[in-house]
Amino acid sequence: MQAFTVHRGIVAPLDRSNVDTDAIIPKQYLKSVKRTGFGPNAFDDWRYLDPGEPGMDSSQRRINPDFALNQAPFDQASILLARKNFGCGSSREHAVWALTDFGFRAVIAPSFADIFFSNSCKNGLLPVVLAEDEVQALFEQVEANPGAQVEVNLEEMTVTAPDGTVFRFTLDEDRRHRLLNGLDDIALTLQYADDIRAYEERQRREWPWMAEHSQG
Amino acid sequence: MAGKTLYDKLWEAHVVREEPDGSTLLYIDRHLVHEVTSPQAFEGLRLAGRKPWRGDSVLAVPDHNVPTANRDRGIEDPVSRTQVETLETNVTSLGLKFFPMADVRQGIVHVIGPEQGATLPGMTVVCGDSHTSTHGALGALAFGIGTSEVEHVLATQCLWQKKTKAMQIRVEGELRPGVTAKDVVLAIIGRIGTAGGTGYAIEFAGSAISSLSIEGRMSICNMSIEAGARAGMVAVDEKTIEYVRGKPQAPSGELFEQAAEYWRTLVSDPDAEFDAVVEMDAAEIAPQVSWGTSPEMVASIDGRVPDPAAESDPVRAEGMKRALEYMDLQPNTPMTEIRPDKVFIGSCTNSRIEDLRAAAEVVKGRKKADNIKLAMVVPGSGLVKQQAEQEGLDRIFLDAGFEWREPGCSMCLAMNADRLEPGERCASTSNRNFEGRQGQGGRTHLVSPALAAAAAVAGHFVEPSALKEA
Repeated sequence: MQAFTVHRGIVAPLDRSNVDTDAIIPKQYLKSVKRTGFGPNAFDDWRYLDPGEPGMDSSQRRINPDFALNQAPFDQASILLARKNFGCGSSREHAVWALTDFGFRAVIAPSFADIFFSNSCKNGLLPVVLAEDEVQALFEQVEANPGAQVEVNLEEMTVTAPDGTVFRFTLDEDRRHRLLNGLDDIALTLQYADDIRAYEERQRREWPWMAEHSQG
Repeated sequence: MAGKTLYDKLWEAHVVREEPDGSTLLYIDRHLVHEVTSPQAFEGLRLAGRKPWRGDSVLAVPDHNVPTANRDRGIEDPVSRTQVETLETNVTSLGLKFFPMADVRQGIVHVIGPEQGATLPGMTVVCGDSHTSTHGALGALAFGIGTSEVEHVLATQCLWQKKTKAMQIRVEGELRPGVTAKDVVLAIIGRIGTAGGTGYAIEFAGSAISSLSIEGRMSICNMSIEAGARAGMVAVDEKTIEYVRGKPQAPSGELFEQAAEYWRTLVSDPDAEFDAVVEMDAAEIAPQVSWGTSPEMVASIDGRVPDPAAESDPVRAEGMKRALEYMDLQPNTPMTEIRPDKVFIGSCTNSRIEDLRAAAEVVKGRKKADNIKLAMVVPGSGLVKQQAEQEGLDRIFLDAGFEWREPGCSMCLAMNADRLEPGERCASTSNRNFEGRQGQGGRTHLVSPALAAAAAVAGHFVEPSALKEA
């Protein structure tokens, strides 16, 4: 996983609440068996005026000029700003892969759906929860000054707005540690292989039907 | 000290290791796998030279991409076909349990888990699919995960989790005739909102929940995620135990009785404390129809499309306005005046035998209305389909002009050929009415199977009891 420490970048405003993962990456693109290449289809239904299908050349498609990510300087954005309950709905990790493939390193919103939040942390895309009025302030500053840079600092757990205001956020220590160091979850867990085996021993003793009948 | 919630009990029985900050390595008993969210996980495993920790915990099935008609022709879309073939290659090369498309046991992963007894009370159940919460209806801790976590479970049989808060939603009293589990869960989501359960595990309780069948409880737990909660659950009772008895993968004989004795303890203690409690009166719940593009945007069948001008919160009003525009609906339109173009009865929410019986009861002796271009019934599994055919339900649907299809996720999310065309309006027994969910530009109204069937017959939304005599 790509580590996240400090990132400065342009903020793209997406002034909607309840942005669901179907909107972030529509179902037809989930047929891919790869982890990469979803960026051109991030927010496909909103970003393009023609219906999209896998395999189409996105440079030949009709662009929706009203959608922020199609407008300079937001097409170069690496931080996404949205309203509450971002990433709700389907568990598809493809939504996170689409955002990272587009070039996003962080999403700032007043709240996130649980599965999206978890998926995001596992791919080096930092979900930043700020208060609603802080998010509102960022929307106003971005509108007044498109292209202004915002800094997201995971070491300090701060967001520095274009006008210099510093907002604080929190992230649980475990996730923060893994993101800061870009750690491989599975390798870490396998250090506890003996604990896992001990649990399985307990299960065979206390709940013998679980293992014995799991093969069907 | 307060007693334990069902969630506490399920959690504590699966702790492998707990760190001082509360991060917990949780053991996973059952890992359900489908073709959409697993290929990158198997690839990751392979690249790292890892093997599944416990292959016998896996049950794999293709469901999202499978065609529901003309199966003998295989999958025509080459991209879908590759994904299904990739699943088959991945699981068979590792010797994992798999029901291919031609197997009568194939179906929607959340229908076949309980049907096979692969899901048992007291288990932790995961799947790379947000509707995994369905399995909580059996008194299991079941939740959806992303693909990185699918890989992690394959490799370690565990997940790092932090215990969430616990919410109890109590629905007390008797449901009115014609009000189903689907109406109850839509009414709950309408009440607490799509983020109301975020950060919680929800236990559904109360006399109205106890009175539901296990299948009804599955419909409710299924949509926990639409209320923001990763996990939903219902306490074990004798209905649960009788449901599990005799299922192919369930224990049998003495071992079953031993298991049942443990399962009976999987209830919240009377003095258990919840972080949040929501109480609802069953008698006040009417059949529900969604009008917008979020599952919280619901109204009673006798109600009207709401008016954003009457909403005081500006962000909310803007969301409502955008939803009505997308849905092409005017404020204050009576719900019974909305006319669908298509009707979809199926999905992991409502494709079990009881759902099909409820729809067939409404349809029996009647005909599909002329304005309904397509009414399709997609059973949740090959075994549900077989059972329905033994009961003659397929004839009832076919005689009324409905289509009777093969099992799969189908038009719930339109990854296969079943989809809405731009602008089409659908009465759907599925779980999400997001923009484009059933096909780009498609408009979804979430309803119960009985209401979907009634809409197909009348050509507009209506309570089944208000239909003319068949």
